[in-house]
Amino acid sequence: MTTPFLDLVEQQFAPSSGIESHGVQHGVLVLQLDPAALLPVAERLKSQFAFDLFLDVTAIDWPDDALRFEVVHHFYSTTHKVRVRLKTRVSASDPTVDTLKSLFGSAGYMERECHDMYGIVFRGNDDLRPILLYEGFSGHPLRKDYPKQLEQPLVPYRPPQGTLVR
Amino acid sequence: MSASIPNPVRSAFTTHERDDTVIVNIGPSHPATHGTVQIIAELDGEKVLRTDVHCGYLHRGFEKECEDHTWHNLIPYVDRLNYCSALINDFAYCDAVEQMMGIEITPRTKYLRTLLSEYSRITDHLTCVAASLMELGAMTAFLYLVTVRDFMYEHLAALTGARVTYSYGRIGGLANDVPDGWFTRLREILAEYETYIARVHGLVDRNRIFIDRLRNVGTISTADALHWGFTGVILRSTGVPRDLRKDTPYLAYAELDFDVPVGINGDNYDRYYVRMREMDESVYMIRQLMDMMPDGPINVDDRRCVFPEKALVYNEIESLINHFKLVMEGPSVPPGEIYLAHEAPNGELGFFLVSTGGGTPHKVHVRSPSFVHMGGVHRMLDGYQLADIVTTFGSVNMIGGECDR
Repeated sequence: MTTPFLDLVEQQFAPSSGIESHGVQHGVLVLQLDPAALLPVAERLKSQFAFDLFLDVTAIDWPDDALRFEVVHHFYSTTHKVRVRLKTRVSASDPTVDTLKSLFGSAGYMERECHDMYGIVFRGNDDLRPILLYEGFSGHPLRKDYPKQLEQPLVPYRPPQGTLVR
Repeated sequence: MSASIPNPVRSAFTTHERDDTVIVNIGPSHPATHGTVQIIAELDGEKVLRTDVHCGYLHRGFEKECEDHTWHNLIPYVDRLNYCSALINDFAYCDAVEQMMGIEITPRTKYLRTLLSEYSRITDHLTCVAASLMELGAMTAFLYLVTVRDFMYEHLAALTGARVTYSYGRIGGLANDVPDGWFTRLREILAEYETYIARVHGLVDRNRIFIDRLRNVGTISTADALHWGFTGVILRSTGVPRDLRKDTPYLAYAELDFDVPVGINGDNYDRYYVRMREMDESVYMIRQLMDMMPDGPINVDDRRCVFPEKALVYNEIESLINHFKLVMEGPSVPPGEIYLAHEAPNGELGFFLVSTGGGTPHKVHVRSPSFVHMGGVHRMLDGYQLADIVTTFGSVNMIGGECDR
């Protein structure tokens, strides 16, 4: 289910410096990028190919890989009605990619969630405040090595006081 | 006790812009902020200078839980994302898994899912419009809308067996076919709907108070809406006819005749009106779907995901093993990933699924409209009156379950 426009975009982003692979999956163009190429490619997508809607950013944790995290960005073009997905591999020791805050306001916001959940650092985003977690929460819950049963209550549990009337 | 607990929320601003302003917390759990949302607002008298919106957290751990359950067992979880239109969540999720497995659902399921999606869109919009009207004091209009919504909830309960969390979708089909007389009752309810909606239009559309509270309040431009990732009704209220049902048709939408209503200003009135018009379009679509509804099976014949019939399970070892494997290990989804979006009542509801093969997802991520809308909602609140927060926030239709992760 590819469109002529998607083919055109695919040709424009043929494997070169920074772009490792490309292909269409389920009607979505998927580009595998070098971290350094993320911001330039996103800029080109926005300015040249009218990908004006930033939909989502998230990460995939592959705990056994050397480059552990895969940061995934989703874009949509309201004029051409096609989607592009950018994928960037980063290592656990330096999980840093560039922020797209300068291009899309929504990116700055959604990066906060990705930072909370996976510990991905978005270079240039000065507003990586916790969004779903509280200040002082340790760890990143959606990482595979974060135990599912671990509890970190903000307010310590305390036994009920007084007499319980039943 | 309270002194020892640090404030879990760090505001984007703590210092005052001017000496004569105050910073107030609105919510969480304030009637105006439906759910866990906290709005930190700097006020100059009644005027909102700037706001910082925190979407809050319901502590449900949806995405983490998904990584520990089989593909089937996630259906009750995705239900609870948006409890006003749970069926759309179900179908979007099932559609994504089916596409990963390369399954083509049966024609009847395709049409039933489309019909139920539109039905859910009506109940969701009814809830939102009714709540917004109630917040403005229009109690009669609220009761009219909630009455007709309750007809629909009861009717959906007759189909699915639950009131709001239906868990009705299945990978490869649906839980069961519609009972006898269900479509007859649906036609009656649609007629009732038109009666009640006509009354609400008559009550509020040309009402001075209603228009003054909504017109040119909470305005957002097209450029801002796109910049902040808004989709759905909010984007359409600014005049962009972006609707996935038209742009990239899924289910049976390509075969239906319908319009995409858009607004002009992107203000609260436009959002109210777009919702009202969309419900009329949904009714029109449901009537078409009922006329076109094909006969045939509900579930596909695919042993990888659809449970064998009970009679076979009890009498045939192959089916018994198949049943056990599906329960214990889950349906085997081939390795790969997919991003698939449906047009939910609030906007684009996308599921990003990653599979490594086997019965449990490696990752489930939901791109929920409510969560994204919370990132840019301050653009719709800043510069208006304190009391306008209630109406503007109501027109965004934030659903707590969707903000959650």
